Amino acid sequence: MVNYILKRIGYIALSLFLIISATFFLMQAAPGSPFASERKMTPAIEEQMIEAYGLNDPIHEQYITYVVNSLTFDFGPSFKFVGQEVMDIILRSFPYSLVLGLEAVFIAIGFGVLLGVFAALKHNRFGDYTAMIIAVMGISVPSFIMATILQYIFAFKLEMFSVARMESFSDTILPAIALATTPLAFIARLMRSSMLDVLSSDYIKTAKSKGMSQRIVTYKHGLRNALLPVISYMGPLVAGILTGSFIIEQIFGIPGLGSEFVTSITNRDYTVIMGTTVFYSVILLVSILIVDLIYGIVDPRIKLVAKGGGK
Amino acid sequence: MAQSQLSNADFERLNIDYGESEKIVGQSTSYWKDAWRRFRKNKLALMGIIVLLLLGFMAVFGAEISGKNYKDTDLMSTNLTPSAEHWFGTDNIGRDIFARTWDGARISLFIGLTAAFLDLIIGIIWGAFAGYFGGKVDEYMMRIADILSGLPYLLVVILLMVVMDQGIWTMIIAMVITGWINMARIVRGQVMQLRSEEYVLASRSLGASSSRLLFKHLIPNTLGPILVTLTLTVPSAIFTEAFLSFLGLGVPMPHSSWGVMTSDALGALRYSPYQLFFPAFFICLTMLAFNVIGDGLRDALDPKERK
Repeated sequence: MVNYILKRIGYIALSLFLIISATFFLMQAAPGSPFASERKMTPAIEEQMIEAYGLNDPIHEQYITYVVNSLTFDFGPSFKFVGQEVMDIILRSFPYSLVLGLEAVFIAIGFGVLLGVFAALKHNRFGDYTAMIIAVMGISVPSFIMATILQYIFAFKLEMFSVARMESFSDTILPAIALATTPLAFIARLMRSSMLDVLSSDYIKTAKSKGMSQRIVTYKHGLRNALLPVISYMGPLVAGILTGSFIIEQIFGIPGLGSEFVTSITNRDYTVIMGTTVFYSVILLVSILIVDLIYGIVDPRIKLVAKGGGK
Repeated sequence: MAQSQLSNADFERLNIDYGESEKIVGQSTSYWKDAWRRFRKNKLALMGIIVLLLLGFMAVFGAEISGKNYKDTDLMSTNLTPSAEHWFGTDNIGRDIFARTWDGARISLFIGLTAAFLDLIIGIIWGAFAGYFGGKVDEYMMRIADILSGLPYLLVVILLMVVMDQGIWTMIIAMVITGWINMARIVRGQVMQLRSEEYVLASRSLGASSSRLLFKHLIPNTLGPILVTLTLTVPSAIFTEAFLSFLGLGVPMPHSSWGVMTSDALGALRYSPYQLFFPAFFICLTMLAFNVIGDGLRDALDPKERK
């Protein structure tokens, strides 16, 4: 177990190192300098700026400084917004994204599981088909389209929610639903097939033949075991919701990390791009690790060690 | 009790030709015929194929049908609602949305199909080699795939798009860099499983070379799962394209793609929702078609699903 965790952490470190190096060299190769803005700077000032950001150092020195700084989450100042540290921007905006993301995760899991179980219990009947058609449509509608549709119907037409604001809980409902749509549909399908699998297994037959009520069999024996694949989907789920938030936050005007990332892309604000990329990657890789570990604990049949490392 | 007497004459000997019962009456079906028979029953998947064919046809010819051009602006007729003149209306600088929709379809479908195809080629080669040779080769090859797949897909694509020149091929390359891994894993798993089958052993003992084994026996037999993965890769590539275009990292002007059009329409959502409707509808329709075909194929090709 310890070996396995160490191995996984080693992988994560390697992946992160790759990402950090890749961001560095990609940004080096990127056309244009960060100071090539619309406002003209005098050569003297530009010289000083370049000096201050250490852009005159030999490239390997810049690289080493950058890697070392990244390890301490010190990404330096933003190129575009003078006087703002990248880490400050991240810490300021991340809470919004976190709240939104958690809400979306709960919606996706809650309703996804519900829909999946419902479909499985109504196997090959009308309810099943309806649920699965809903699920296929959910997978086929990209989150940003879902977001604009929701915005149009509920904010513009019905005026039930604000179009774009982030002040109260009700402002988070539409974006959270939009974010949750695709993973919800995935979970529903996953849940349905695993529930069907479980319900036709021997121990369910045993439980039924002992005279247990349908409800206990379904929920106590069936649901618990059928939930396992959903847990394994948590990693991709977190990834999907994180990346989905780029656009959703932009559409709903939420000052979260996602819209900060998108803004930094349009601004070519290289330090912010690098910082957010590394930050996202850390969250993603660590949450996938946690999910895998939880999976091993919840389902003792899975021997983590036997899997032989990174997936 | 008088029992009616039965004589031998009452019985007639029927001759059973045992050879007859061994005869194969029905036509023998191959794996693919069998799969097609099951696939045909899936009405939804068939609809998906029809929809895709129509979309493909319109992507090739649609932009020219209305006699409008996808890039000509006309500031006298901006934000027009759909009419006989402009079938899908016009956008904020007077471009015909019908023509733009099908020009966009061309690009969206091209990117989706090409990215999926490249994923397929690289994935098959990588996976088949790793699975076939096994041991150290397999370990190193899959280790590389593991590390690459640890990189967050969309972030990598976005980063590359930021740095490289915007364009269709940049986008395709960015998608393929980490996109092939899934395919490689599936092919590898299949090949490893098939490698120890008896027909492979037989072929090997008859002196077949490695490349013959791989290309003649192993890869063709993994086609089922490959096909399913392929149909499910295309919609995700189309989604990624739309996503990137939506972020402003997509195809450069004056070409359109569905993602670009959705993104453009967002500003006018309140007053001209139809501008959003058309590209959004076709993105969803295409992804839906590929998804139902993929599901149908999986059900038809997966022996476990046989009833």
